[in-house]
Amino acid sequence: MTSCCPLPTLPKPEGEARASLWISATIAAIILWFVVYQLLQPVSLWAVAQLPVAPASHLADALAFFLYDTPKVLMLLTLVVFAMGVVRSFFSAENTRRLLSGKREGVGNVAAASLGIVTPFCSCSAVPLFIGFVSAGVPLGVTFSFLIAAPMVNEVALGLLFGLVGWQVALTYLGFGLGVAIVAGFVIGRFHLDGWLQPWVREVRMGNVDLPDRKLTVVDRLQAGLDAVADIVGKVWMWVIAGIAVGALIHGYAPADLLASIMGKDAWWSVPAAVVVGVPMYSNAAGIIPIVEALIGKGAALGTVLAFMMAVIALSLPEMIILRKVLTVRLIAVFAGVVGLGILAVGYLFNLLFA
Amino acid sequence: MKDIKVLGSGCKTCQLTADLLKTEADKLGVPVAIEKVTDYAAIAGYGIAATPGVVVDGKVVHAGGLPKAADVDGWLQA
Repeated sequence: MTSCCPLPTLPKPEGEARASLWISATIAAIILWFVVYQLLQPVSLWAVAQLPVAPASHLADALAFFLYDTPKVLMLLTLVVFAMGVVRSFFSAENTRRLLSGKREGVGNVAAASLGIVTPFCSCSAVPLFIGFVSAGVPLGVTFSFLIAAPMVNEVALGLLFGLVGWQVALTYLGFGLGVAIVAGFVIGRFHLDGWLQPWVREVRMGNVDLPDRKLTVVDRLQAGLDAVADIVGKVWMWVIAGIAVGALIHGYAPADLLASIMGKDAWWSVPAAVVVGVPMYSNAAGIIPIVEALIGKGAALGTVLAFMMAVIALSLPEMIILRKVLTVRLIAVFAGVVGLGILAVGYLFNLLFA
Repeated sequence: MKDIKVLGSGCKTCQLTADLLKTEADKLGVPVAIEKVTDYAAIAGYGIAATPGVVVDGKVVHAGGLPKAADVDGWLQA
């Protein structure tokens, strides 16, 4: 409502005043973010020019990449993690389980993979989550769709791909990542492998939980975003800097022809090789994407690089060792095999599509 | 004496949760017995899908992630 005359200022209730303060502070912070972001490139170029290195040399190239990308990646990461922290405050593993229980395969796989993106998930929760889902009547294949999507299609991966490589690649990654999770989960479901769980898992009697439903305010949700930033950015910043340092070395020194011949799209074996190399590597999206950017810049084929990235993030040995508590080795092998084949398919498809 | 159980596989966040409960209970002068439940079947029995979970006097009050100190105080003083 607008008014012609100045209204007498009424003292607002305290909660409301606090909420508007938080909201204005958030808006101000986002505007400041965009201003600083625009300045990064000129400032980093200026900084390199001040250094005693020959312009246009390998070293200058690598330094410019490092000085520009480090703040850029960290800023993007902060923004995306904050936004996802707010979004995730609307979801919980318990609610997701309730949504998925009794869902049929097919629809269930699609729902599970999508919920995998927005449900708060930590890999140390993988086992309780798995048991919780299966014993609440979520079909095995649907549970796998969730477990595949949750680490692979995450906000860090999407945000960084969007910022560093471009929105087309980020969207395609989102689509193919979801695709792999949906199809792999569906295929595993078709195999009817419920007998391959560890025997005790099927005997677990699931309790009912009635968590106190606390109504979250806007301030609570913004606070959740800040907590996510402190937690995730606080944990991965070293990885990001290490990743950018490697990326900078590739950028400045790696000969383009060599990489193009190893990782280019003419080498048919490069996609399987990327997957095989990627699986034992354990990193998170934050560390791997600066390397991905540098590799693409040097002529590596997009599909090959994305297959590598998916293999690193989605199939990790530590996670398999944790899951060993609830899955038999045979089931883990099927899981790794199906997901690996899905990633291979994505790699080849990408190389064909973007040829 | 409040009977508190921290449900979790023994990951770092679970440890931090137990520490936080202890610190807050000492601060408020509430006598507590804190027990860590690490057995997955037992954890599932409480019905949570994300760890760490917190159970106060047999009632689940929290699931997933490190709880906030203000919430912890609320559980202890309830």
